[in-house]
Amino acid sequence: MLLINCPYCGERDQSEFTNGGEAHVARPKDPDQVNDREWSEYVFVRANPKGIYYERWVHTHGCKKWFNAIRDTSTDEILKIYKMGETPPPIKRFKNTLRSPSGEPDVGSGNFTVKKP
Amino acid sequence: MKKKYSIFNIVKNAFSNNENWKKMWRNPEPRKFYDIIIVGGGGHGLGTAYYLAKEHGLKNIAVIEKGWLGGGNTGRNTTIIRSNYLWDESAHLYEHSLKLWENLSTELNYNVMFSQRGVLNLAHNEHDIKEIKRRVSANKLNGIDSYWADPKQIKKLVPIMNIENCRYPVLGASYQPRAGTARHDAVAWGYAMRSDELGVDIIQNCEVKKIRTKNGKVYGIETTKGIIRAKRVGVVASGHTSVLAETAGIKLPLQSKPLQALVSEPIKPVINTVVMSNAVHAYVSQSDKGELVIGAGTDGYNSFTQRGGYNTIEDTLRAIIELYPIFGKMKMLRQWGGIVDICPDASPIISKCEIEGLYFNCGWGTGGFKATPGSANLFAHTIAKDKPHSINAPFNLERFVSGRLVDEHGAAAVAH
Repeated sequence: MLLINCPYCGERDQSEFTNGGEAHVARPKDPDQVNDREWSEYVFVRANPKGIYYERWVHTHGCKKWFNAIRDTSTDEILKIYKMGETPPPIKRFKNTLRSPSGEPDVGSGNFTVKKP
Repeated sequence: MKKKYSIFNIVKNAFSNNENWKKMWRNPEPRKFYDIIIVGGGGHGLGTAYYLAKEHGLKNIAVIEKGWLGGGNTGRNTTIIRSNYLWDESAHLYEHSLKLWENLSTELNYNVMFSQRGVLNLAHNEHDIKEIKRRVSANKLNGIDSYWADPKQIKKLVPIMNIENCRYPVLGASYQPRAGTARHDAVAWGYAMRSDELGVDIIQNCEVKKIRTKNGKVYGIETTKGIIRAKRVGVVASGHTSVLAETAGIKLPLQSKPLQALVSEPIKPVINTVVMSNAVHAYVSQSDKGELVIGAGTDGYNSFTQRGGYNTIEDTLRAIIELYPIFGKMKMLRQWGGIVDICPDASPIISKCEIEGLYFNCGWGTGGFKATPGSANLFAHTIAKDKPHSINAPFNLERFVSGRLVDEHGAAAVAH
C-alpha cells in the first residue's frame, strides 16, 4: 500500500485516494480537424510505461483536491508530488535506478525479494 | 519420443523411486533464426506454439520466456473457467475456449484437472437482477448453458452462504453448470511438453528487450541471449505486452495493473462450485487440496510490481466474510499479485498490426485463464494464415478507431 503525501493534507494512506490515470493528456486543440485515428489515441491510448510515470490522484476521502505525482511503476516509489497547474518536473532530474534490461530494479520489484540497499 | 502417462508408467517409475522420469521438455539454446517466435511462455503462448505445430503443421518455432514457464499470470490467477459473456463476439470466443477445455486433458494426454463444477454469478440488487437476467437470455441465444437461479436454489447449491442477513442480500444468480476450474500449472506444462515433442524450442530465462523492425516488417527480437531473427513474431506477454509493443513503435490501448489473489489454509470440502459476485466483489472456490481460492479486485493504479495493496484484499475479505460467516476465523496462507493488461472495453485484442509479421494477443485483463486454449488456438490461426479467424476478427486493434467495441465490463466480473 502506498503512503501518499497530499500537497494539502500531508502524508495519508493510499486508501483515502483515487488514481486518476495519466497526467498532462492534452485535449486536441481543434476537434474539428482531428481524424478518427487521432481521436482514438486521445480517447483510448494512455502511456503505460514500466518506469517513470506522470499520473493524477485525487484525495477522495480528504480534501477532495486533485494533484499530480511522478511514480516509478516498477517499484511503486513516488518520486515527486506537485500541484495541478504546476509545470511537470522533467524526467531527467531523477536518476534512473532501473537495472536489468526490462527494468527490474533490486528493491521493491515483484521479481526480487525486497532487500535494503 | 511421445511421452505417455499411464498406470504402468507410474508403477514402473515407482520401482526406481521416481528418479528416472524423463524431462518433460528440452532446454535448448536459441538458434539464430526462427520462422515464428512467440514472446511469452504462459498458457496462451505455449498453447499458441502447440497449435501452430499441431494444427498448422509449421516448423521452426520458438517460445521465449523471461522467467519460468507459467510463472506469470498463468500461475497467478484463480483458475475460473466460464463462457457466460454478454455479447455474441465474446460468447463465441469464450465458448470456443470452453469446448477446447472439455477435451484438453485427452488432447494433451496430460491431466489439467478440468473440473466442471459450475459457476454462480450473484445478484445483490435490482439492477444486478436485470443485468444478469439479460445476460442469461443472451447466453441461451448463443447456445451457452446459462440459467437464472433464485435464492432457494442458490442456498441448495451453496448451503454455507449467508443470503439473507447481510448488508447486500443475495437476490438471485446466473448459473453455468459447464463452467468450472482447472489446474493452472498443468495447462502450461501440458502445452509445453506436447509442443516440445512437436519440435518447438522453449527458451526460458531469456528476456526480450526489444522488437526489431525493418521497412515496416518484423526483423527479429533482441534478447538477453542475443539477437534472434524471425519472420513472424507473436507477442503474448500480458502486462508487459504494451512495453514490448512500444519498442516497435506501436501504442496499444492497455493499462497494466496488479490483480491480487489469495489462498487460505486447507479445510474439508465446504463449497463445491465457484461463486462470484461483481457487486460486492468477492469470488471464491475451493481447490482439490482444500484451500479456498479467493480473487480480489485490481488495484486502482498502474504498476508492474506484482504485489498490490492490502486495502484491496481487505475489501474483498470483508465481502467474503459477510457472504460466508463460516470463513470468519480462517487464516490466509498466501497472497500474490499478477500484472494484468486491461483494455478500455474489457475485451481482449487478438490481432495483426501495421507492422508486417507482428501479432498481438493481449488485453485479457482480469479474465485470461479461462480463454487459454481458445485464445491460443485462434492466435495460432491468425499467425499461420496471416489473417484472423472469424471468431477473433472482432477483437482487432482497429475497433478502437472504428468504435466497434465489445464492451464486456458487466461480464468481466472484476471491476476495472
